[in-house]
Amino acid sequence: MNITDRLSHGLDAPICLTWELTYGCNLACVHCLSSSGRRDPRELSTDELFAVVEELAAMQVFYVNIGGGEPTLRPDFWDLLDYCVDHKVGVKFSTNGSRITPEIARRLATSDYVDVQISLDGADAATNDAVRGEGSYDVALTAMQRLADAEFGEFKVSVVVTRDNVDQLDDFLALTKRFGAQLRLTRLRPSGRGAEVWDQLHVTDAQQRSLYRWLLDHPTVLTGDSFFHLSALGEPLPGLNLCGAGRVVCLIDPVGDVYACPFVLHEQFKAGSVRASGGFTAVWRESALFTELREPGSAGACTSCGSFDACRGGCMAAKFFTGIPLDGPDPECVHGHGEAALLAGTGARPPVLAGHSHAGRRAGPVAVAIGRRPA
Amino acid sequence: MTSYTLHPQVGLRDEKFGALAYHYGNRRLTFLNDDKLVTVVRSLDQHDDVDEALAAAGIPAAQWPAYRVALARLVESEILREHH
Amino acid sequence: MTPPAAAAPSDTAETVDDPSVVADADVLADLLVEEISIDGMCGVY
Repeated sequence: MNITDRLSHGLDAPICLTWELTYGCNLACVHCLSSSGRRDPRELSTDELFAVVEELAAMQVFYVNIGGGEPTLRPDFWDLLDYCVDHKVGVKFSTNGSRITPEIARRLATSDYVDVQISLDGADAATNDAVRGEGSYDVALTAMQRLADAEFGEFKVSVVVTRDNVDQLDDFLALTKRFGAQLRLTRLRPSGRGAEVWDQLHVTDAQQRSLYRWLLDHPTVLTGDSFFHLSALGEPLPGLNLCGAGRVVCLIDPVGDVYACPFVLHEQFKAGSVRASGGFTAVWRESALFTELREPGSAGACTSCGSFDACRGGCMAAKFFTGIPLDGPDPECVHGHGEAALLAGTGARPPVLAGHSHAGRRAGPVAVAIGRRPA
Repeated sequence: MTSYTLHPQVGLRDEKFGALAYHYGNRRLTFLNDDKLVTVVRSLDQHDDVDEALAAAGIPAAQWPAYRVALARLVESEILREHH
Repeated sequence: MTPPAAAAPSDTAETVDDPSVVADADVLADLLVEEISIDGMCGVY
């Protein structure tokens, strides 16, 4: 059995997992996968967070990817970091940078087991702020400078690739080099508020091909295996090239619900709750959803396509939120099968929910906020 | 006589197929696909040299070259360190 | 020392110089150890 098959069948414990600590956020990015903004009154207490850490330590989960919303908004965030490290659970946390003071940067620099990821979606303020809000570029770069000054070492800069920033990849790389950081590119999914902006922001077919070539030319750029659907274009991209959801990774949300991955915050992909009697361990090992995801899947509509072994039918979240059946093609299938499926009208998109977005946001596609500002 | 020890930045976790080793520094994930190999890796500190550990794990001598290659690869990945 | 019945005919140090034995050792080692460099893997942001 090769690595891919072994991992598709699932492991007794995740290798790592995403943990969203809060739905609260001081930004309102147009594509937010978790529709974050307002805290949820039912969020896990500090004691409940610690109990989860103890379970993860017992299962020997190697590390957690902490995010949100903006995780540093929780007053107990720094205690949680320490608790994870003390229990030998590594932490990589994702932040907009607004709470990275020089002192905090110096403190973070002292730990080998904490990794920081600053989110950025444009190589210049205009491009970035159109997605993340006015001033967010400056906040992010200030945080980067502070980490560099504190000699943190290689922190990450994480970019969601969109139609408007895909031409800036060389600029992103130069920016990360300036700060001694590592570049990470991830795929936009039509999840959370991403569903509202998907049509305008997802990369075009031509851009996908150009992105694929760029990734092959820059193998040290991290992707979190986010673009494995592009491996159907030829030489596989570095990484596992498979969907880890429910098999090797999963999501714990701020209220303790466990989902297959952070891009499918939807009842259909909810496996259970850490607050149930068996805790996280029972959900991971026994939930009906994860058991099902670990069954060998059929290629479904992709059976006759020679690329299925390379792309595995693509991303569950991308299919689900564009109304394509899960055994159908990825909406961004490089051979165009996804476009064909969408045109054929295979299914209705799930309704876009407000989630925890700040009140007063305009719902639906927001023409004014998207795209570059006039030069 | 070569002897090795597990790198201090590595987490080693038992699995049905053997074990998973994750290196917190270089982010490499290594699959140890064999229970006897895992036994050897876990017992390295108790033996003066590799061959002693291989023998103690009950590995047939004919397979020792392969296990030595496997252990050398683990040293290359920094999962193991040479112990002087 | 009597070699165990199941052992290869020459299980002393000179086997490592035999190219076919070395090649077999590499092949078997491929089964014993597999490595991959991961960055979160898909499903994590």
